[in-house]
Amino acid sequence: MELTGAEIIIRCLQEEQVEYAFGYPGGAVLFIYDELFKQDKVKHVLVRHEQAAVHAADGYARSSDKVGVAIVTSGPGLTNAVTGIATAYMDSIPMVIISGQVPTYAIGEDAFQEVDAVGITRPCVKHNFLVKDPKDIASTIKKAFYLARTGRPGPVLVDIPKDVSNQKAEFEYPASVSIRSYNPPGKADSTQIRHAAQMLLEAKRPMIYAGGGVVQGDASLQLIELVRLLGAPCTNTLMGLGGFPASDNQFVGMLGMHGTYEANMAMQNCDVLLAVGARFDDRVIGNVAHFAEVPRKIIHIDIDPSSIAKRVKVDLPIVADLKLALNELLDVLKSSKQKPDAAELASWWKQVNEWRVKGGGMRYKNSTEVIKPQYVIETLHKITGGDAFITSDVGQHQMWAAQYYKFNKPRRWINSGGLGTMGFGLPAAMGVQLINPGETVACVTGEGSIQMNIQELSTCKQFRLPIKVLALNNRYLGMVRQWQEFFHGNRYSESYMDALPDFVKLAEAYGHVGMRIDNPADVEPAIKEAFARKDDLVFMDFRTDSTENVFPMVPGGKGLSEVILAEDL
Amino acid sequence: MRHIISLLMENEAGALSRVAGLFSARGYNIESLTVAPTEDPTMSRMTIVTRGSDAVIEQINKQLNKLVDVVAVMDLSEGEHLERELMLVKIRAKGEDRDELKRMADIFRGRVIDVSSDTYTIELTGAGSKLDNFLEAIGRELILETVRTGASGIGRGDRILKL
Repeated sequence: MELTGAEIIIRCLQEEQVEYAFGYPGGAVLFIYDELFKQDKVKHVLVRHEQAAVHAADGYARSSDKVGVAIVTSGPGLTNAVTGIATAYMDSIPMVIISGQVPTYAIGEDAFQEVDAVGITRPCVKHNFLVKDPKDIASTIKKAFYLARTGRPGPVLVDIPKDVSNQKAEFEYPASVSIRSYNPPGKADSTQIRHAAQMLLEAKRPMIYAGGGVVQGDASLQLIELVRLLGAPCTNTLMGLGGFPASDNQFVGMLGMHGTYEANMAMQNCDVLLAVGARFDDRVIGNVAHFAEVPRKIIHIDIDPSSIAKRVKVDLPIVADLKLALNELLDVLKSSKQKPDAAELASWWKQVNEWRVKGGGMRYKNSTEVIKPQYVIETLHKITGGDAFITSDVGQHQMWAAQYYKFNKPRRWINSGGLGTMGFGLPAAMGVQLINPGETVACVTGEGSIQMNIQELSTCKQFRLPIKVLALNNRYLGMVRQWQEFFHGNRYSESYMDALPDFVKLAEAYGHVGMRIDNPADVEPAIKEAFARKDDLVFMDFRTDSTENVFPMVPGGKGLSEVILAEDL
Repeated sequence: MRHIISLLMENEAGALSRVAGLFSARGYNIESLTVAPTEDPTMSRMTIVTRGSDAVIEQINKQLNKLVDVVAVMDLSEGEHLERELMLVKIRAKGEDRDELKRMADIFRGRVIDVSSDTYTIELTGAGSKLDNFLEAIGRELILETVRTGASGIGRGDRILKL
């Protein structure tokens, strides 16, 4: 049957069982929007800025196992989307972005709203396509979804000129897809798995370091079983939180720049380190030279070979799908007669527990005078039972949320770890809420970040999204202020947020409920009241201590054991 | 260390910019890069000459393999291989210089492919170092123009890069 390009696009989205697409119409995508209008299988969510469309698709993907979809127009529509695309790319989030393009005959003429979409997005997508013929649309979209969700996931852009979306072609959605130059890893090599099992069984001080790959690869159950079987301590990266339950005694907390003392010390002093779905990035292991000073054997399992031995030399690289590799490893360990050395493990745990005492866990000095941001997160955890979906923006509040909200399940902690995109939290929460109707979704943000996509309060109203926004308002770009205090002689250059809006009135202006909380005693009742309002978006403006800093802290360029603890200052 | 990397990629618009963009985005250097379609018109073969530590070269190989358009990658310098580069050089050739320059071209197994009253254009193939030596032998003052393709490489014997 002959269909127009636009009809084909919508049929493809239906075939991929896309429930929600996030987008913003414009000249180059008018035919596509016309077809959206004529059907009701793919529901469209109209955002107020294209960046938010991509973040919403991102939150949708992170909190489910689906591919997020965004539709934007050419030119400024696409350039606005780029921050969102780069955010998804850095955190390996499966996503398909459909962008309109000027008609094929106008490409290269500096036409109205023309931009080289494929060129601009090339460094921040897994792959991208420009479709010049309507007969290629279906196969290209099929490939786009396949590329986005397989291997190391990532965003894939399909750029479609306006005339192509209006021309007719025969439609048939391909049943399968194969790309000769693309073969995502599957099972691990069995020799390597046996070797890994042997190294782990012989370890005296084993340590397991798990990242976002465990969450994205749905390998959390396998990880939990492995950690229990080995009896080793386990840490999660910022991206991996929830991949191993925070309430488990074998969990030593998040590692890295603002990780726990015990996690960082255990990383530094273990004798066999198993890295799963993590990439030893600069915020996680700090200075590479310092990390390499302490000899230890490293086993690294990852789906992306280029993540292995990029920053840190590895003794045993295993390129595989995490879930499959961990299952294989579990099989070998379970069938092995050898068991982990209980005596060695006991003395290793004695050491780890000493670090736990010295580090003192996550702690802060609460106050009855001024609201401590950490207290807000602890209370949020208490009221929601640790079971909510939490999105965050970027900065101090993000670190406090990561430290004090104890995530027990994967896909509950939604934040921009790699790119560190302020403005991510609220639109991401929209995607999370849509794909998880009836679940509790909270966005932890700051007065700086929230203003980067505040317009989405309007989208939330239109789609009745009862997100709970907790703004930790300290009147500063807190993380910038913290670095200026530590490293720039207390010169708070441009980090004070002057002329802030009245967030209560602002929330009300958008048709939501606003609350302002000034006293510590009001924190718990306010959060209780807000979460009791099941159908409302409630914006909580917490006036928090403007001088509070995030601890522990490993300063940039330092090694993991060169940590500043709260009492050091 | 100098490495010569050979790759097969889909002969599609934008494929070259993906490779070139990868090198610039990750700060790898490119000494030369040549590309042209193969006997299978759906595929192009590219030869890249680069320099870097073992760790950097390992990353280059992995990152190239990660590009969806790249079909296969081989570091030719890991084994026995051949390298050839084509150079066209236009030199000032007047009076008594003409015979001497023609002899020089013969010694280097070059061919004069264009002649004018004042110039010779010489075609020369070989390893890059041979081309360098030729230019040195001619002397800078006589060279009007040089065009070099950069190295093309192929494995010796049974070392074959194919889909």
